[in-house]
Amino acid sequence: MKILVPVKRVIDYNVKPRVKPDGSGVDLADVKMSMNPFDEIAVEEAIRLKEQGVAEEVIVVSIGVRQAQETLRTALAMGADRAILVVAADDVHQTTEPLAIAKILAAVAAEQGAGLVIAGKQAIDSDMGATGQMLAALLGWGQATFASKIAIAGGRATVTREVDGGLQTIDVALPAVITTDLRLNEPRYASLPNIMKAKKKPLEEKTAADYGVDPAPRLEILATREPQGRAAGVRLASVDELVGKLKEIGVV
Amino acid sequence: MSGHPEIERESMDYDVVIVGAGPSGLSAAIRLKQIDPDLSVVVLEKGSEVGAHILSGAVLDPAGLDRLIPDWRDRGAPVTTEVVDDNFFMLGAAGQVRIPNALMPPLMNNHGNFIVSMGNVCRWLATQAEELGVEIFPGMAASRVVWEGGRVKGVVAGEMGLASDGTPGPNYEPGMELHGKYVFIAEGARGSLAKKIIAALKLAQGHDPQKFGLGMKEIWEVRPEKFRKGRVVHTMGWPLGRNAGGGSFIYHFENNQVLVGFVVHLNYANPHLYPYMEFQRFKHHPMVAELLEGGRRVSYGARAITEGGWQALPDLAFQGGVLLGCSGGMVNVPRIKGNHNAMMSGIEAAEAAAAAIASGREGDRLAEYDAAVRGGAIGADLRAVRNVKPVWSRLGLVASLMLGGIDMWVANLTGWNPLGTWHHGKSDAAATGKAADFAPIDYPRPDGRLSFDRLTSVAFSFTNHEESQPCHLRLKDPAVPIAVNLPQFSEPAQRYCPAGVYEVVNDGPTPRFQINFQNCVHCKTCDIKDPSQNIDWTTPQGGDGPNYPNM
Repeated sequence: MKILVPVKRVIDYNVKPRVKPDGSGVDLADVKMSMNPFDEIAVEEAIRLKEQGVAEEVIVVSIGVRQAQETLRTALAMGADRAILVVAADDVHQTTEPLAIAKILAAVAAEQGAGLVIAGKQAIDSDMGATGQMLAALLGWGQATFASKIAIAGGRATVTREVDGGLQTIDVALPAVITTDLRLNEPRYASLPNIMKAKKKPLEEKTAADYGVDPAPRLEILATREPQGRAAGVRLASVDELVGKLKEIGVV
Repeated sequence: MSGHPEIERESMDYDVVIVGAGPSGLSAAIRLKQIDPDLSVVVLEKGSEVGAHILSGAVLDPAGLDRLIPDWRDRGAPVTTEVVDDNFFMLGAAGQVRIPNALMPPLMNNHGNFIVSMGNVCRWLATQAEELGVEIFPGMAASRVVWEGGRVKGVVAGEMGLASDGTPGPNYEPGMELHGKYVFIAEGARGSLAKKIIAALKLAQGHDPQKFGLGMKEIWEVRPEKFRKGRVVHTMGWPLGRNAGGGSFIYHFENNQVLVGFVVHLNYANPHLYPYMEFQRFKHHPMVAELLEGGRRVSYGARAITEGGWQALPDLAFQGGVLLGCSGGMVNVPRIKGNHNAMMSGIEAAEAAAAAIASGREGDRLAEYDAAVRGGAIGADLRAVRNVKPVWSRLGLVASLMLGGIDMWVANLTGWNPLGTWHHGKSDAAATGKAADFAPIDYPRPDGRLSFDRLTSVAFSFTNHEESQPCHLRLKDPAVPIAVNLPQFSEPAQRYCPAGVYEVVNDGPTPRFQINFQNCVHCKTCDIKDPSQNIDWTTPQGGDGPNYPNM
């Protein structure tokens, strides 16, 4: 079985995003980018399935700007076998929406003969959380979202899902789309020897047009705003003063 | 100390192994491949990407870049904001006096220099190096020296996944040994491997102690009407006054971004001094507040700077390798510049190593590199200004401006220094005085608009450290902070650290010393300034530390 893992290049989780002065979006100039953490978990899970002998090949795919090559190289260094870069944007500020991504992924999955797609449950930049579900619908496959445990046997996947207030275990027939939650695994480090080897692994470059998909956005962003800053506190000298203040604002 | 010597590691042989993807390391890598494309060159960088740990002013003298890549303009180097306006002010608490440019020694003139983000310059240098076939591995910290007798044979890099007790964790990666015919140490000021090599091989013997400053920097997006692209402002005086040497810089860079920095010389005596708060207070000076008011801060960081100059340059060559840039200490203090010398040191080392390898040598001492630094452009640059810092340290700011200024003027005109060579006194750690001998300093609380508390600032360095690893700030004796430093020096680590790593916590019967290593921005100040010299800054796991944008 081949496992297809989509990976997205996003603003690094350590970075505090800031809005562009014109409010059209988040400023990505001079900002550190890295692999979406949920996708890292997906790559790890796919590699583990390969190590268990469940899968023969792990293919990673990224859709977006050419710089996403670096993200794919990281996935290759972790242990993916080969990578496909679908160039769908030439400016880092150009977004590609979940529907276009899902259409491209559906075409890639068909082309590569994938038997399973493992994707992050959401990307930490746009927080749409929609691509995996759309992809399952487009392919007509089953889906198991927010996975915290995956077991595969006999052409079926038993997936434990993180739901509100507990865990739910479901059984889906393969091929299927599984999206990963935080507790599924702890991704390995890309080691130095593996990074060296990853430089020689195949990375194929395609465009959105190769798959007949128009990546132009359908949504219009009206405004992007930063959260209001918190007003500075004041230090009070006594409990009486505190009670007085609380009375002043009418909470006691 | 880091890691397990008994662990088997893969090893790889290169012609040259370079530790650190800063201006010196990358320049060396580029020059090596320019001379001989067949040389195998690897660069290791502990930052998560090239540039992530680079923090510099910076006004760049393009002398080094001109020598390395003469057509840098055509190759899209991010070196585009020419200095158009150069101002030097003495600050008082409420006002300022401009020192006329005519009084400034010509070597301090910034005409023909550029305001740059060295982080972005290094990112660009890395693409140039990779095009030439240099292998660069960011996120790979070189944590140990591989010795072969008295020769530095290589380094261990990429060890990851140690548990907090130092044993291998579930995702442990042992890393690799990278061996080189020559190993270039280009870690910047107070590098953790450089420190070990300098001590083991006694490279500082016969030289003055290295001196340091702590540089803190913020990037501000100011209101467009306040922005003057290419303007350079330096200040001295308030708020440091007589408490410490130092000063500020304000560079109008690009896209309404102004680079605001503050340097405190680390030889200050008063252990109550709080460099971070001096910087925050500085922004409330009317001249600065007027510029920043209505703007927003987008980034914060800090880094130690070498200030020892000519007298403190250690032996730069040792068996198997060399020290580049600020691993040796090549900042020109009055010019407030070191990047040009860093780049030139990389070029010199590359030329020496390439010639040596071509003639069949390896693993020996590249004495010709040491000679080229001292006898060439770098030496000339540092020698002329060698008295400014020691005069400043001993006689204070005004004397240094006058006497040091005269010395620089004469040196500038005649090539001869009337003062001869003054020497640096004690190390910065030894210069720290007893708490009882100095009055505590009362700092105003940050207002959250122009000035910020330290932890808020740390969030703007985008630093992070895998929390399950061993603490990379090692105490030689864990009792010293509370038993010695607290009573004698009021434990200055609480204040000199610009990232709030060190705390004395009073939550029990006796105070305890807490190290919040996740906050560390890799500035190395603790390793330099701890009066007991009890803190050893070692490298954490690769990829950790700040994620500076265009610093």
